[in-house]
Amino acid sequence: MSKSTSSSKITGKSSSKKTTAKSTVEHNHFVAPYDASVSFDELPDAPQPSKFRFSFTGWVGIIIVTFWIIIAITGPFIAPYGENDLPFPDAYSEFQVPQPGAWLGTDVTDRDILSRLIYGAGRTIGIAFLATTLAYVLGVILGIGAAISNPKVDMIISRINDAILSLPTIMLGLVVVAAIGSSIPVLICTAGVIYASVVFRLARALGQEIMVMDFVEAARVRGEGLWWIISREIWPNARMPLMTDFGLRLIYIILFVSSLSFLGLGVQPPQADWGSMVRENLGALQYGTSVIPVIAPAIAIATLTVGINLIVDDVSAFSGGKLSKRL
Amino acid sequence: MLPLIIKRLGIGLITVIAVSLIIFLGTKILPGDAAQIRLGQEATEANIAAFRARLGLDQPYYLQYINWLFGFFTGDMGTSLASDKPITELIYDRYENTVYVATLTALIGVPISLALGIFAAMFPGSLYDRFLTMISVSLVASPEFLTATILVLIFVFGMGWGNAVVVGSIEGKGFFELYRHFALPITTLCFVIASQLIRMSRAAVLNVMNSPYIEMAILKGVPRRRIIFRHALLNALGPIVNVVALNLAYLVTGVIVVEVYFGYPGLATLIVQGVQTRDFILIQGLGMLFCLTYVILMLIADIAAFASNARLRHPK
Amino acid sequence: MAKQTHKDEIIFEAKNLQISAIRDDGSELPIVKGVDFNVKRGEVVALIGESGSGKTTISLASLGYCKPGLKFAGGEALFKGQDVSKMTTDELRPIRGEKVAYLAQSAAATFNPSIRINEQVTEAPILHKTKTKEQADKKALELYHALELPDPENIGNRFPHQVSGGQLQRLMAAMALCGDPDLLVLDEPTTALDVTTQIEVLKAFKAVIKQQGAAAIYVTHDLAVVAQIADHIVVLYNGEVKEAGPTDVLINSPQHPYTKRLMEAIRPMPEAGLGEDVGDEHLRDVPVLEVNEIDAGYGKIVNGMPSSLILKDVNVSIKRGKTVGIIGESGCGKSTLARVFAGLLPPANGSIALDGEVLAPSLKQRSHEELRKIQFVYQMADTALNPRQRIGDILGRPLEFYHGLSGKKKTARVNDLLEMVELPSQFAQRYPHELSGGQKQRINLARALASDPEVVLCDEVTSALDTIVGANVIELLKRLRRDLGVSFVFISHDLSTVASFADEIVVLYAGRVAEQGPTDQVLSPPYHPYTRLLISSVPEPRVGWLEDMTETKEAVSGISGTVDIDAIGCPFFKRCPHAITGTCDTTAPPRQIDNNNHIIECHLDTKDLL
Ligand SMILES: Nc1ncnc2c1ncn2[C@@H]1O[C@H](COP(=O)(O)OP(=O)(O)O)[C@@H](O)[C@H]1O
Ligand code: SF4
Ligand SMILES: [Mg+2]
Repeated sequence: MSKSTSSSKITGKSSSKKTTAKSTVEHNHFVAPYDASVSFDELPDAPQPSKFRFSFTGWVGIIIVTFWIIIAITGPFIAPYGENDLPFPDAYSEFQVPQPGAWLGTDVTDRDILSRLIYGAGRTIGIAFLATTLAYVLGVILGIGAAISNPKVDMIISRINDAILSLPTIMLGLVVVAAIGSSIPVLICTAGVIYASVVFRLARALGQEIMVMDFVEAARVRGEGLWWIISREIWPNARMPLMTDFGLRLIYIILFVSSLSFLGLGVQPPQADWGSMVRENLGALQYGTSVIPVIAPAIAIATLTVGINLIVDDVSAFSGGKLSKRL
Repeated sequence: MLPLIIKRLGIGLITVIAVSLIIFLGTKILPGDAAQIRLGQEATEANIAAFRARLGLDQPYYLQYINWLFGFFTGDMGTSLASDKPITELIYDRYENTVYVATLTALIGVPISLALGIFAAMFPGSLYDRFLTMISVSLVASPEFLTATILVLIFVFGMGWGNAVVVGSIEGKGFFELYRHFALPITTLCFVIASQLIRMSRAAVLNVMNSPYIEMAILKGVPRRRIIFRHALLNALGPIVNVVALNLAYLVTGVIVVEVYFGYPGLATLIVQGVQTRDFILIQGLGMLFCLTYVILMLIADIAAFASNARLRHPK
Repeated sequence: MAKQTHKDEIIFEAKNLQISAIRDDGSELPIVKGVDFNVKRGEVVALIGESGSGKTTISLASLGYCKPGLKFAGGEALFKGQDVSKMTTDELRPIRGEKVAYLAQSAAATFNPSIRINEQVTEAPILHKTKTKEQADKKALELYHALELPDPENIGNRFPHQVSGGQLQRLMAAMALCGDPDLLVLDEPTTALDVTTQIEVLKAFKAVIKQQGAAAIYVTHDLAVVAQIADHIVVLYNGEVKEAGPTDVLINSPQHPYTKRLMEAIRPMPEAGLGEDVGDEHLRDVPVLEVNEIDAGYGKIVNGMPSSLILKDVNVSIKRGKTVGIIGESGCGKSTLARVFAGLLPPANGSIALDGEVLAPSLKQRSHEELRKIQFVYQMADTALNPRQRIGDILGRPLEFYHGLSGKKKTARVNDLLEMVELPSQFAQRYPHELSGGQKQRINLARALASDPEVVLCDEVTSALDTIVGANVIELLKRLRRDLGVSFVFISHDLSTVASFADEIVVLYAGRVAEQGPTDQVLSPPYHPYTRLLISSVPEPRVGWLEDMTETKEAVSGISGTVDIDAIGCPFFKRCPHAITGTCDTTAPPRQIDNNNHIIECHLDTKDLL
C-alpha cells in the first residue's frame, strides 16, 4: 500500500500530461504507466481519526471550571471572612458599595459578599456534583437494566419514567421539598432522583442501540453471560456518550438547585449558596446603591455553567456530536 | 395515523393519571396533619376530628383520591388551608395574569426565535450563525434570574422604564400598554425560551438541510429560497412544531422563577406561597393544573409530529 | 425527440481535473488527482472503480458541485466549453437540472418524502421556465410510459414512500430526463437493487438515453453492468485514471493490471457440472447440521404460529465439509433461515439436529459445546466487531471461552488465526476502525474460526465489499474449506457467487424452497421457472447481453411482477411465464424429487421444465 501511494504521486502528474495529449484523438485506448510489481490493494477504509484536542473555547472552559473547583475546595481557607461575619461591625448598613475590606460590597445583612460567594461555591458545586452522580448511578443502572431485560419489565419501568419525565422538574422539586422540608441531603436526593429519569431515558436508548448491534448478538451466539455482555460489549460503547452527557446534566442540575434555592426551597439561610444569595439580596434592585449583591452570584453561576458547556461542546463535537441531537 | 393518535392519547391519559397519583401521594406524605396546620397547636381533639371529617380526610386514601380527582375536573379543588377561600377562587384571581404573560411571551418570543434559528440554519458556519449560537448557548446555561437582572439593569437603570416590580390591574389596556406593563417578565421569558428555541429549530432545519433530497434539489438548480421554504421547511415543520410545544411546556417551569423574581401576582407565586404555608390542598390543585398544561403541550408536540409526516398522512 | 445532433460535439470534458478534501486542520488532501476524459453527444461513458476511488466526486464535478468539505483544486470541468468548476451557484442554476441532470444511488433518499412525485419530477423545467406546467406534465407522463411504470396516469400523484424501490429508481430517471438534459450523470443507479429489478431499470435507462439523444456519465463498480450500457470506459483507482478506452476493447483485452484484476473478479456463471470439487475426505454419514420441516417467522405467536410467517416447510441438510448455498432475492427469508440454525430464532415447527442429535431450538438451551460447533459470520463487518476492543481481544475471547486458552498460548493462537486469514500479526494490536472493509471481514471470519466450529454460517459476507475485495474473500473461504474441512452455509443474493462456492444450492422464493439440490443439478435443466429467471438475470460482462436477456420469456413476465407472500398456491404465480391459471394459484405446488436428490417444487412436470 505504502509503495503504491508513493509511486502514484509521481505518476499522477506525468500521466495527466500524457492523457491531455492523447485525449484529442478520438476513442483512444489510454493505459496509465504502471509498475508491474505494485499491487492494487484495497484503499484504507477511512482516514485515521484525528487526535482529540481542545479548541480555544474549550481551554477557556477548562480554565473557568478549574478556577471554580479550586475555589470550591479551598473556600473556607481563602475567604476573607466567615460566611456570616460582618466586615464592618461598627458601621452597620445594608448593601454597602465595594470598598477595601469588602471588595464586592456587603449584602442585605451587611455580610461580605465575596466571602459568601466563596463559601457558596463549595455548596453549589458540591450539591450539584453529588446530585448528578446520584442521578447517573440510578439512571444508568436502571436504564441499561431496562434495555437488556424482557420487554414487559422494560415497559413498566419506562412508563413510570415517562410519567416522571412529563412533570416539570421545578414543580416536582416544589412538591417534594414542601412535603419533607428542605435540607442539603433532601436537595441532593430530590435533584438526583428527578434527573435520574432523564439519564434513564438516555442510558436505555443507548443500551438498546448497542444491544441490536451484531457484535452483541455475536456474543450471545457465543453463549456469553449477561455480565460479560454488559461489562465488555455494552458499557465500553456507552461510556463516552454518557460522560459527555454528565457535563450537560451537571449544568441543568446546577440551574435546578439554584432555582430552588432562589425560590427559598433549597439551601436555607444563614448558609450561603449562589441561588439563595440572589433571593436574599433581591431588595438591592429597589433600595440598594449597588446591584452587585444580586448580579455577582448570578454571574458566578453563569460562568460555571457556560464553562462546563464549552468543554462539553468540544468533547461532543469530537465524539460525533450526535448526542446533542438525541437530547 | 388515527390509531397512532389514539394510542398517543391513551398514553397521555395514563400519564395524567400517573401524574395525579404522584401529586396526590406526594402531598400525603407531608408531615403533620392538614387539620393541625389549619387549626394551629391549640386545637382540641374534637375540633380536629370535626375538621377532618369536613374535608373528608377521615375517608380511606383511595376515596379521597377519587373525590379529589373528580373535584379537580369538575372545577372544585377544595378549600385553601391557609386562607379558607375556595382554591378555584384563589386561582381565578391569578390565572389571567399568568395566562397573559405566557401568551404574550409565546406570541412575541416564538416567531422571533424561529426566524432567528431558521435563518442561522440557512447559513451554517457564518459569522451570524456563530454569534447567535454563542449567545444562545450562554443563555441556555444561565439561570433565569441572571437574564432578569441584566434586563432590569438595562430597562430600569439604563432606560428609566419605571419600576422593576410590576403590580396592578391589567384591565382595559391595549396590546402595547400591556406589553410595557409586563415588559420585564415577558422579555425575560422570551429570552429564556428563545435560547432553547433558536438552538433546537436551527438543529431541526440543519438536520433536514443535510439530507440527500436537499442535495438533489441543489443539483436540480432550485433557487435557495425555494429549497428552504418548499423542500426543507416542509420536512422540518414536524420537528419545529415539536420544539415549539416543548418550549412552551418549558415556559411552565420558567414562569415560576420569573414571577417570583418580579414579585408578579401570578399562579407561580401562588404555588410558592402554598409551599411556604404548607397549604397542600392548594399545592395539589395548582400542581395538577401545571402538570396538565405540560402534558397537553407534550401531547400536541407529538401529534404535530405525526401530522407533518407524509408517510403517516398518506399510508401505502 | 432526439436533439439535432452533431455527432462529435463534446458535451463534457474533464481536463486535468483536481479535487481536494479540506481537513479539520485546514490542510488539503487530494481526492481526484488530475483526471482527463470527455463525453460526446449520444455517448455513455462509464466511470468504474472501487468505493473511495473518486467516481462520485468526479461525476458531481460535471454539475459544478462539490460535496461539503471538498473543493476544486485545479484543472477544468468543461460543460460545452464552459468551465463549471469556476462558476458561482447562481451562474450554475440554469445549467443544473436543465442541461445536466443527476441520478443518485438511492432514490429513496433523493426524493423529498413530503412532496408528491410529479411535482418533484417536473420541478426543474418549470422553475427554469423552459416548459410550462402543462408541457412538463405531458413530458413526465411520456416518460412514465417510456419507463414502463405501472399506472402511469396516476403514479405522479403518489408520495415517494408509496411506490417500490425499483419504481422509484425509474421515477428518478424521469425526474432527470424531464428537462431534456444534454448530459445525464448516473451514480450507481442500480447497485441497491435486486438482480431482476436491476435489469428492468437498466433496460429502461438505456432505451431512454438513446431516445433522448443525450450523453451520459455512468458511475459504477460493476463491470458487468458497464458492458451493457457504456460506449466508453474510464477505470479509476485512487483518484487517477488507470485505463480508458472503448468498452469492447477494455472488456476483451484489458491492459493495465488493475483492469485485469477487475475483470478476473467477475466470476462467470459456472457451466452446469462445473461446481468446484472439494473431494469427499471429510465426509461421514451423518449430516453436521440438519433442519426438518421448519416453519419460522416473526411477531406475536397466535395459535402456535408467528403473526408474520416467513419460512414455510424448509428442509436443509449440511454434510460434513460441504457447503450449502442459499439464494433468493432480498426479503425471501435467507437470513431468517440462518437465524434458525444459530438458535437466534426458534422455529414455530420442525426440528433441528446437530451431528444427528436433536438440537434445542433456542440458543439459551444449547450447551457450550453445541454453541461452539455453529458459528455465525455477519454481513456488515462494521457492526459485527466491537469498536472498543482490540483485534487481539476480539479473536482471543472465543479461544478463552471455548478452549480455556490464556497467556502465551492464546497469543500464539491469535497469530495463527491472523495468518490463516492472511493478515499480519501486528493487527492484533489494532482497533477495528483502523482496518479496511475487507480486512474487517477477514477478522470477522477469523473470529468464527477461532472456536474450531463444524459449521460456519456466512450471511452475505461479500455483499458489502467491492468486487475485487469480495473475490479475495471468496478465495480465502475456498482455501479454508479445503484446509479445515469446515462446513459452510453460504447465503447470498448473488447467484454467481453462490454457484462458485457451494456444493449444494437451496433456492428460496418467498420463504419456500423453489428448487434444491447439488449445484450442477440446480444449474442445469430441468429448472424451476424462478431459478431460470435468476440464472438469466446474472449480468455477463459481454456487450449485447442485456438485449438478449430481456427478450427471454422469463424476463418478459418475470422482472416486473411482484412477490406475493400470502399466496395460497405457488408464490411465484404472478411472475411465472408457465403459470397454469386455476392450478398454480389455488394449490401449493408438489415437491418433485429425482434420484439425484434434486428437488423442484412446481406443478409442471420436470420434463416440461427442461
Ligand atoms: N425482526 C424482524 N421482525 C419482523 N420481520 C422481520 C424481522 N427480520 C426480518 N423480517 C422480515 O422477514 C422477511 C425475510 O427477511 P430476511 O430473512 O432478512 O431476508 P433476506 O436475508 O433473504 O433478505 C422480510 O420480509 C423481513 O422484512
Ligand atoms: S407451480 Fe405454476 S406458477 Fe409456480 S413455478 Fe410452477 S408453473 Fe410457475
Ligand atoms: Mg439478509
